[in-house]
Amino acid sequence: MTDVTAAIAAAAYVVAAILFILALAGLSKHETARAGVVYGMAGMAIAILATLALVIEGSTWAGIVILIVALIVGGTIGLIRAAKVQMTGMPQFIALMHSFVGLAAVLIGWNGYLESAPIASDLVGVHRAEIFIGVFIGAVTFTGSIVAFLKLSARMKSAPLVLPGRNALNIAALVLFVAVTVWFVITPALWLLIVVTVIALLLGWHLVASIGGGDMPVVISMLNSYSGWAAAASGFLLDNDLLIITGALVGSSGAYLSYIMCKAMNRSFLSVIFGGYGIAAPSKGAAEETGEYHETTVVETAQLLANATSVIITPGFGMAVAQAQYPVAELARSLRSRGIEVRFGIHPVAGRLPGHMNVLLAEARVPYDIVLELDEINEDFPGTSVVLVIGANDTVNPAATEEPNSPIAGMPVLEVWKADDVVVFKRSMASGYAGVPNPLFYRDNAHMLFGDAKVRVEEIIRVLAETGARVTG
Amino acid sequence: MRIGIVAESAVGETRVSATPSTVRQLLKLGYEVVVQTGAGSPSSYPDVGYTAAGGRIVDKNTAWGSDVVLSVNAPGDDELSLLASGATLVSWLGPGLNPEMVEKLVALPITALSVDTVPRISRAQTMDVLSSTANIAGYRAVIEAANEFGRFFTGQVTAAGKVPPAKVLVAGAGVAGLAAIGAASALGAIVRATDPRPEVADQVRSIGGTYLAVEVDVEQSSDGYAKATSADFDAAAARLYAAQATDVDIIITTANIPGRRAPVLITSEDVASMRSGSVIVDLAAANGGNVEGTVPGEKTLTSNGVTIIGYTDLARRLPAQASQLYGQNLVNLLTLLTPGKDGNLVLDLDDVIQRAITVARNGERLYPPPPVSVSAAPSTVAVQTQAPTPQNRSFSAGARGALIAVGLAALLALVSFAPPPLPQHFTVLILAIVIGFYVIGKVHHALHTPLMSVTNAISGVVVVGAMLQLAIDNPVTRIIGGVAVLLVSINIFGGFAVTRRMLGMFRKD
Repeated sequence: MTDVTAAIAAAAYVVAAILFILALAGLSKHETARAGVVYGMAGMAIAILATLALVIEGSTWAGIVILIVALIVGGTIGLIRAAKVQMTGMPQFIALMHSFVGLAAVLIGWNGYLESAPIASDLVGVHRAEIFIGVFIGAVTFTGSIVAFLKLSARMKSAPLVLPGRNALNIAALVLFVAVTVWFVITPALWLLIVVTVIALLLGWHLVASIGGGDMPVVISMLNSYSGWAAAASGFLLDNDLLIITGALVGSSGAYLSYIMCKAMNRSFLSVIFGGYGIAAPSKGAAEETGEYHETTVVETAQLLANATSVIITPGFGMAVAQAQYPVAELARSLRSRGIEVRFGIHPVAGRLPGHMNVLLAEARVPYDIVLELDEINEDFPGTSVVLVIGANDTVNPAATEEPNSPIAGMPVLEVWKADDVVVFKRSMASGYAGVPNPLFYRDNAHMLFGDAKVRVEEIIRVLAETGARVTG
Repeated sequence: MRIGIVAESAVGETRVSATPSTVRQLLKLGYEVVVQTGAGSPSSYPDVGYTAAGGRIVDKNTAWGSDVVLSVNAPGDDELSLLASGATLVSWLGPGLNPEMVEKLVALPITALSVDTVPRISRAQTMDVLSSTANIAGYRAVIEAANEFGRFFTGQVTAAGKVPPAKVLVAGAGVAGLAAIGAASALGAIVRATDPRPEVADQVRSIGGTYLAVEVDVEQSSDGYAKATSADFDAAAARLYAAQATDVDIIITTANIPGRRAPVLITSEDVASMRSGSVIVDLAAANGGNVEGTVPGEKTLTSNGVTIIGYTDLARRLPAQASQLYGQNLVNLLTLLTPGKDGNLVLDLDDVIQRAITVARNGERLYPPPPVSVSAAPSTVAVQTQAPTPQNRSFSAGARGALIAVGLAALLALVSFAPPPLPQHFTVLILAIVIGFYVIGKVHHALHTPLMSVTNAISGVVVVGAMLQLAIDNPVTRIIGGVAVLLVSINIFGGFAVTRRMLGMFRKD
């Protein structure tokens, strides 16, 4: 490994780091987002090529062959998966991807122990600690992401797992980790590395298994963050600033998203991680019926829409489950062609992934400038003729603002009940994820349209098309 | 069943309870429809039109002897005697103002439905004859005012000089008031409106009016009508009207309170302060008037040259339109009453609308109905008085500050005592975190999913570490490193590819 190549590689890493920052900055706006991805790819290409140069100079042919084969095989799998993945399946796809980064960090940590390269004596302890931290974060990310993937793809029950003393278990795992790390720093042994890996794998599994499906937006962004910290830890281990910078960028990005999600649920990060609503489900009388609901029909809903001047559609996870985004987009187009103002109101935690609804609507070719966020649209509900609530429940629950004792009190919600009429698409009268009864359904201006959202929306489109000439006149 | 459309006998009535187009819809509901000869002629619907629509022209006795009788006005005694036993009468009965009528109906073996008592709930809007009539009255009030007013409504700049636009004040922004605001602003006038309910301000603005707020707090009504208001409010409103009277050319008052005498809004002093040639239209004339000096049914001229119009028949002055809207309201009501669409009228007294309109059924007095609340508040059973239990386990400001201080101190200690190259690494780490927060904080909410997939691809940069480990000449580390490179390559390629795919879907309108 010549000094010149190393120097050029170091410079290339700086360039790559800048390009990564530009990539994230580009994603702040729709106009620059595509350029941002190009920056990211350029940064990655530079980083890989620079490293390749270092490896080619310093390695035997065996290492180079393994490297090239692994890159090609991995790259091909990645491209195929990316082309095939359904937009509704994006949450589990991203969860699975996080697990790869986590596992890679574990493997790098193990290699860091096995390689036994010469290290300055005053750094030996530090190096051992770095191995452990890297392995620990990586393993937690790995199993956590796997569990999130299983839950999101419905291969595992999404209800939270409740072990007795679960918080004590988590804290015990952390204490054990610290103790084993100290032990390892003093007297390194392979079995300690195995122990810490197992502890971390179990902890990651338990952390995510005990969080319910509705909190998944927080979990995914948290795992995103962890995968960043795992990369940063590897950077410390390998003495590589590019990994540290990138890991920190990704780590803080995930942390920020978690923060937004928690704010949108009016809960602290700790309360999401260490206990959810699922546990503190209301056992008091609040779950009682709060009145009579009004059922409506497809024809009445179509009439309501045809006579409306402005319509807001508030989708939730139910829209993704019913795969209703295409008919919903079609309905929006049909109403807009009649001169009715149509907008979408997206709650930050709608869906199972931050921004998931936006991607689904974009997939169905809904222009992004009519898709607005909670803060942007909440003042517009008074004066809106009709609101269509499609597969959302807790995010439109008036109890959050009106009942101080409600479990979701204080959570910012879409104030749909302030519109003239609200049509709620729902399978049945069941409560939402939080298990909180929704007084919206019993309001006089709320109409319940039961059934599969996709089928119902398609029927409304058909009725509107049939009566088109009459109702527009 | 047979529906009878009767000719109205009330003096001055020009309307009819069905038009050819609504007769067609009644036939679709499965009814047979008969029309009393000449019933539609005052509203320009000749008998041939009804025949063409599928109705049958019959004499008075046959029409009144139908199973279901539709009329606009409450029937007279002779007409009541023509009703068949078991018949259903659907009419504007006004049971609240007309208790003798209720007694007469209860005495007969019939069902009497009063269309003017439908509750003000969304579902009943299509049957609300009060709204339909108020809409017509509001429009006609502007036309009557324009007829009396000796000037243009709209402002113009002509070769002969500049014409200022007329100024119109509409008191009460209910259905009639809003119709008046819309009609007056369509004619080009400057329109101002008052109403005790501040929530109507947006509606007033949406049709071209300016909302004048009376600066006193009022309660939100629970039945959809404005409530009788407090003394403070009245005083503030009186000052507002007094000030406006000297400024505007036209005043249209629409303040009716159901079952009560209309409030006086414009005093005789206000009228006296108006310019000569000004016009006042009092839509509450039938209920006593909102203006001092209104004569119900008459047009009067005050000594200072102000015309006060107290017509109580504004809807009758647009008979064709009024009949069409009234007839359509009745069709919508009968649609509700004919669930089988088989020409059989079925009355369901468990339905709030049907209960509210039923005055009498086979000798049973059913007026007044139990109250219907419009904006029903959710039940307050669950609300207890205890303090809300905070869901957040967030730290207090002091604890937060202390934590930050401890964190910074730990960082200081770590960096000062750690052997190189750790301090540089920490510096890089901290700076990158700070940059990360600032950069990510600006990301558009709609791009959160692409952001996650791109950060996921970027975190694949650990591939660099795995690649470097491949350079070490050790079979075990090579294999482990190879697996790591493979896994992370999936991330890098997959992450960037899927982000590009997602971003490609986002499009602007």
